[in-house]
Amino acid sequence: MLAKSGFATLMRRLSVCMLLVTVSATAQDDPFAEYRAMMGDDNPAIFVIEEGAELWTRPLGPKQASLEQCDLGLGAGVVKGAYAQLPRYFADTQQVMDLEGRLIHCMVTLQGRERDDILRKPYSATGDMGTELEALASYIAEQSSGMPIVIPQNHPAEQEAYALGEQLFFYRAGPYDFSCATCHRQSDKRIRLQKLPNLTVSDGAGMASSTWPAYRISQGVVRTMGWRMQDCAKQQRLPQLLPGSEAVVALIEYMGVNAAGTEMAAPGLKR
Amino acid sequence: MWQIKYLLAVVAVSATVSACAESGSQSKAKTVESVWLESMVAKNHVGLDRLNQTALQSACSNAESQVVSDTEREQLQQEATKSVAYPADGVFLGNWQQGEAIAGNGKGMQWSDNPNEPNGGNCYACHQMSPDEVAYGTVGPSLRNYGMRGVSEAMLKYTWAKIWNPQVYLVCSHMPRFGDAGILDEQQIRDVMAYLFDPASPVNRK
Repeated sequence: MLAKSGFATLMRRLSVCMLLVTVSATAQDDPFAEYRAMMGDDNPAIFVIEEGAELWTRPLGPKQASLEQCDLGLGAGVVKGAYAQLPRYFADTQQVMDLEGRLIHCMVTLQGRERDDILRKPYSATGDMGTELEALASYIAEQSSGMPIVIPQNHPAEQEAYALGEQLFFYRAGPYDFSCATCHRQSDKRIRLQKLPNLTVSDGAGMASSTWPAYRISQGVVRTMGWRMQDCAKQQRLPQLLPGSEAVVALIEYMGVNAAGTEMAAPGLKR
Repeated sequence: MWQIKYLLAVVAVSATVSACAESGSQSKAKTVESVWLESMVAKNHVGLDRLNQTALQSACSNAESQVVSDTEREQLQQEATKSVAYPADGVFLGNWQQGEAIAGNGKGMQWSDNPNEPNGGNCYACHQMSPDEVAYGTVGPSLRNYGMRGVSEAMLKYTWAKIWNPQVYLVCSHMPRFGDAGILDEQQIRDVMAYLFDPASPVNRK
């Protein structure tokens, strides 16, 4: 495992170097589109996906159980297509859960692990090797690649989550008066050099929902949708947003329902 | 036609009933703020108190980014106007080079930032200013050649107030209240002002 990860890191670093060389050559509207095209299928996330597939089947925790019996919404152990239909309501927890919240739930119930241990470091710092949650999310998301996003809106709790997500999206707070909407309500805007997706309409929400998790070139790791939400909250000058929390789930629900029909293309490749 | 109306009425009533039943089964009165609070933890120098909304933030937290009434708008605008502190010595312009550094610095007040370092203004993230900066954003209007609009007393006061508290001119503006919220201090605002107005500043290069 370690030797493999070492190799993976080396490959990742090499890819990053190659990419940075091309970046300096262009700086127009979407320079990132150009190097995404150049990379073709060579997304360094493939190493992380492999790691995730291996983690899914590896016995871990006090119960020495794998996650293979984890129900991601389509039945115990069904991974194919599950991500394109998350978040969703789970009868066993009576909650709407996103992928990360559900994975944490499975680690606790199936593997007998402590929630606090898992939450101690859910996401990598820049330059880290990657976390279990990032690897699992990459593997599971890839298993929905090419499938349309269909977030269920049947259970009242799912409809509530959407409505709550919308309210959270427009909630302005903090010393900068920012809400999610400050950056993500308008189309065809950019912040710094980054295009800002309008998450209130289908193409913007689709672009965002279909491409996370993503390999972040500038950071050398795969970032998950939960990380993206946490980082947005940080940039809003708000406190730390927790993975799998009610606010994260509702925001992903809001965006995911707005994205209905978009084909999944994760893990993506981003700046 | 009456059947449709009847049907709509039934649907509306049952929707209301089920909505009530639903909220009744939920844990107490759940507000958006309480969901944020339960979903977040304090980190470094950033506490949960940041989720408490001001009257302005609360009034502008909707999809339309509009206050509900003219009365409310006028009241918020009056408060914003009162918040503006013009420089006591009447000096509006500082050093444009310092201002350029502030305008290009995106740090400040995030839990990953060092609270002992001065905050940046991060102006370039949303506004085009210098022709040398290619990575500018477009959330706010372009400020290229801003100083060529004239450097009258009125322009200086307008711009100072706009940076101090943009709500003076547009309630629910997306722009942070750099002076009022304590993001930039008086001298930093002078420097940013100079960056906008000084004829030698790259902002005003043709």
